Amino acid sequence: MSFRVVADLGLCQGHQMCTGEAPDVFGFDDAADEVVVLQERPDESLRPQVDSAVKYCPAMALAVEEEQ
Amino acid sequence: MTVTTESAIADIPEVSYVVEDDGYGHLAEMRVDPIGLFERVRAECGEIGRFRLADKDVVLVSGAQANEQFFRAPDSTLDQAAAYPFMTPIFGKGVVFDASPEERQQMLKNQALRGDMMRGHAATIEAEIDRMVADWGDEGEIDLLDWFAELTIYTTSSCLIGKPFREELDSSFAHHYHELEQGTDAIAYVDPYADIESFRRRDAAREKLVDLVQGIIDKRVARGTVPREDRDLLDVLISIDMTADYITGIFISMMFAGHHTSSGTASWALIEMMRNPDVMASVVAELDDLYADGSEVSFQALRSIPRLEAALKETLRLHPPLIILMRVVAEEIELAGHTISPGTVVAASPRVSNRLAEDFPEPERFDPSRYLDERQEDLQNRWTWIPFGAGKHRCVGNAFAMMQMKAIFSVILRDYEFEMVQPSETYRDDVSKMVIQLQQPCRVRYTRRDR
Repeated sequence: MSFRVVADLGLCQGHQMCTGEAPDVFGFDDAADEVVVLQERPDESLRPQVDSAVKYCPAMALAVEEEQ
Repeated sequence: MTVTTESAIADIPEVSYVVEDDGYGHLAEMRVDPIGLFERVRAECGEIGRFRLADKDVVLVSGAQANEQFFRAPDSTLDQAAAYPFMTPIFGKGVVFDASPEERQQMLKNQALRGDMMRGHAATIEAEIDRMVADWGDEGEIDLLDWFAELTIYTTSSCLIGKPFREELDSSFAHHYHELEQGTDAIAYVDPYADIESFRRRDAAREKLVDLVQGIIDKRVARGTVPREDRDLLDVLISIDMTADYITGIFISMMFAGHHTSSGTASWALIEMMRNPDVMASVVAELDDLYADGSEVSFQALRSIPRLEAALKETLRLHPPLIILMRVVAEEIELAGHTISPGTVVAASPRVSNRLAEDFPEPERFDPSRYLDERQEDLQNRWTWIPFGAGKHRCVGNAFAMMQMKAIFSVILRDYEFEMVQPSETYRDDVSKMVIQLQQPCRVRYTRRDR
């Protein structure tokens, strides 16, 4: 069981909350003013951080997809 | 075969009338029972239907698929600016809704709503709440609308404009501001300057606000320049020679999105928790636990407070401050299988979508457990759980708003218990204006907790 991190760039507003919640998984592209997913398939140990980033994203732009 | 635009709009079912058409279509109903109107569009027409507002057709969509098409459309296709004619006399000509998307984006950044500013805002809000409860004593009564409307004038002005400006304000600013919010009768869709009582009061209130701001500007000018760290946005605007009228318009617009929305949500959250004592008890226990170690509200309000957050989300689902979000079609767009031509008004309704039974089982029930880990009905329904809207225009202040709510309830539930002093069902919204506010009286009793 692993998971994939998805960022919808059509929704990102550049709040940068995720870079605080999960700094190893999310970065920020200043020029484009939007999120960059640094690790698309992060280690399971990072799941709580990623879940938090998804939950608190003010733009609801992030999601986690489960993979077999 | 070419389908003319006339027949294309005619293919979209029109909702029935329950309030007689007085020549302006469904406007008469919109002025007395807009929620009933929007709910009937969904019930009679399904995911896409229309009603008539003066000389315009308004196409109202609902449900995940149609909402997603609506919210994903770029500014070049669906234009927000033209959809809210009732705001122009409030903001003044040339302010915000008349600005380009780029200018708006820049203004949003300047509003300091980004994550890194939140810590300071949390401390500011805590201090404002402390000031508001300083003279409360051990017990008493407050009117929810008056109290939260005044508190949120102070918090929004302090956080979004600056502390020096906020220090110049007293309850008279909140009073005038309230008159502006009341001046949002839907008759503005016919004439934003119609000769009606609420519009006369709106215009008088705006003049009083300009006078107040002019007085503050005069004091600043007489005082001369101060060190950079003591300046706020007002000093900046004065330095570029903006008039009091224009500055007031900018301040009104900056505060507008965050004021009645936060005030109403705080009121409804308290009402719903009083109506649901088990939820209140679990939130109070959660907060007691969280603050047992003496930690600061300004610290915790930025962190996870799951049960309180769930209660707030459920409040927002049932009582979204904005019941309809509108756009004007600028380029032909397809919604729910229909091609909509430029000039048409299209809309989505948070009030309707947030209560769709297929997405929110037992939709009328106040049930904060919807947001707990397995269910997460907000994240599962990104296009129908829309108290903040959705898409690129999703309320940029939502993290600020949630933080503010967490700070408010951290302080008031730590020190006080609340009870209703009027029958539960008499706490209701006045929906006769586009800006919905609690109907007065809406009084509650507070008692200091024994601890």
